[in-house]
Amino acid sequence: MTKAGGAPVQEPADGVSRIASAGLTCPVPAGEADRVLLGHGSGGKLSAALLRERFLPRFGNDVLEELGDAAVVNVPGDEIAVSTDSFVVSPLEFPGGNIGHLAVHGTVNDLAMMGAEPLYLTAGFILEEGLPLALLDRVLDAMKESAREAGVIVVTGDTKVVERGKADGMFINTTGIGQLDPDFRPGPTRARDGDAVIVSGPIGRHGVAIMAAREDLRFEVEVRSDTACLVPLVQALSAACGPAIRSLRDPTRGGVASALNEIAASSGVGIRLEEGSLPVPGPVRAACEMLGLDPLYVANEGILVAIVAQEEAMSALQALHSHPIGASAVRIGTVTAERPGLVLLRTGLGPSRVVDMLPGDQLPRIC
Amino acid sequence: MKYLSEYRDPVLARSLVDRILGTATRPRVLMEVCGGQTHTIVRQGLQELLKDAVDMIHGPGCPVCVTPLEQIDRALHLASRPEVIFTSFGDMLRVPGSDADLLQIRARGGEVRVVYSPLDALEIARAHPDREVVFFAVGFETTAPANAMSVWRARELGVTNFSVLVSHVTVPPAIRAILDAPDNRVEAFLAAGHVCTVMGWREYEPLADEYAVPIVVTGFEPVDILEGIYMAVRQLEEGRAEVENQYARSVRRSGNEPAQELVARVFQLVDRAWRGIGEIPSSGLGLREEFSQFDAEKKFDLGSIRTSEPEECMAGDVLRGRIKPFECPEFGAACTPERPLGAPMVSSEGACAAYYNYARFQPEEAGEPA
Repeated sequence: MTKAGGAPVQEPADGVSRIASAGLTCPVPAGEADRVLLGHGSGGKLSAALLRERFLPRFGNDVLEELGDAAVVNVPGDEIAVSTDSFVVSPLEFPGGNIGHLAVHGTVNDLAMMGAEPLYLTAGFILEEGLPLALLDRVLDAMKESAREAGVIVVTGDTKVVERGKADGMFINTTGIGQLDPDFRPGPTRARDGDAVIVSGPIGRHGVAIMAAREDLRFEVEVRSDTACLVPLVQALSAACGPAIRSLRDPTRGGVASALNEIAASSGVGIRLEEGSLPVPGPVRAACEMLGLDPLYVANEGILVAIVAQEEAMSALQALHSHPIGASAVRIGTVTAERPGLVLLRTGLGPSRVVDMLPGDQLPRIC
Repeated sequence: MKYLSEYRDPVLARSLVDRILGTATRPRVLMEVCGGQTHTIVRQGLQELLKDAVDMIHGPGCPVCVTPLEQIDRALHLASRPEVIFTSFGDMLRVPGSDADLLQIRARGGEVRVVYSPLDALEIARAHPDREVVFFAVGFETTAPANAMSVWRARELGVTNFSVLVSHVTVPPAIRAILDAPDNRVEAFLAAGHVCTVMGWREYEPLADEYAVPIVVTGFEPVDILEGIYMAVRQLEEGRAEVENQYARSVRRSGNEPAQELVARVFQLVDRAWRGIGEIPSSGLGLREEFSQFDAEKKFDLGSIRTSEPEECMAGDVLRGRIKPFECPEFGAACTPERPLGAPMVSSEGACAAYYNYARFQPEEAGEPA
């Protein structure tokens, strides 16, 4: 919170420095700060205020408001799905979203890929001293909105503050708990010869948006992150095709290529892709051409890859098309019995090449 | 996308393939000089389409690959120094030196930053006057103008904490070295379109005359490369040996003269070692004496760092076109992109990495152990 009217702080007329006079009032900090202070992680009054003013109003629910040492929740069924993920993106805000969107979408999407319905979320924050509270507010707003959309509640959380320079603004960890559906259990080992390979939307947007923001690269058409909650898409697929949905993956780090390689390896099948059918948006393609990157390896945060039994491929596509974020879902290839473990791409000219896992990050090329 | 989709058109590509197959009366051996072209050829599977008519040998045109081990070791030394911010194009970061690469140096505490332009490195120097900023100036004639510009601007602005570790190489001496080799098989060359955008093609004319070898200045998209191959094959069949320009949308005979002038003012020809090939006389660019204050080798006294190449790596034979990458016994075994033995396995433009990444599924043809 800033001082009313944003008036500059005046030096006292008597010439006594503010540090000296503040020293007299120590240890109670004078007034409201507009940035995260080490004291916000002290466990004292500032910590309590942070929780009361910023976290509870957004995430408040019966479980969280107990404020016990642990949350007590009801989980139906014998088995539950649990997934955890840490978020360390730089910059914290980028075209299309911020770290708060990612922190919710990333974890609920992982649950959804197992066919689970996300129920509860935990949230741990590591804040860097000096982080603007207004930025924290925007991140928390994004988390609130994303959690509402995904149908999850935040049941427990934690905040720590580290000294300036010890964290990149903020890090977030979320853990999600989801309810499994005994009749809908897609898994990475279930792909079979003849299955259709489908992606739910355009590829490469998140990674390019982050890179453009990080390096201050300007393109004619801004690329926005695709960060989105995939739960509605999975619900639509489950309702339309049920067990014919063999495998689901959200191709985040490592992109579509890595997700498909993992499925090919786990299921012991080959995957054949058609280059011409890959949905790469023009601006993503342009950015990748310029930077020497392959869109198949660029991160996504709002699409899924589905392996679907051949006879249900059309109804899976129809189910995806019924939802705005699945409107451009398309079939990109086929699972084969040949060359198990390998993902092959048939190029526009006819020959095929291997689409391998990357040894590390993609590195921009010289020329 | 304009200037891209039309050069990836499958129908056009197919008709060029047919024309090449119809023109070659016997298998022809061509070399593409540039790593970017190697990338397209292997990635698009062009070799498979041309199997019986043309044997493409991948030349020494990947700047990452030919940077000598000694320069990599010097880069690693500089990047380890606490006062240095070491800046580089991205794909140099994974190139193995004698005992580490730049990514490992970064993990050990060295400050290594990826930049997209040497002028960005100069900006970093201006923003950090208390640090020494070094830029790793590698590449062919393509990257030389921008690298020259960074040094030129540094002098103009009076920036004293900026220097460059230079490992520039030039194409024509490499072509000459390949043609001079007693076991040379190369009958015609595709010259690198972007190098010629800067340099033009006048300096290739004496080569074509002297060695009676066709040289076609060629672009980087599949249709460009197929057209360049077609033009080269046609010359061979018609008994001509000329410099022709396939990449007319970018290249003029005289090239980019202001860029050449800048390069000539900042750099001079020097003898340069090529990784895996050895020293080629007058094949590199080094800073002129008047810019020596920006020469990282002098500024940090790197002369004592001397390294020789590992013996088991056959990069030299690959880069000279004597063997295909998969004919090296270490290919895919002791040498993979995760643990590269030599530089051509490192960059995605490197001949070995290109084969490893895109062509492994043809073990029958490639002769790779399954």
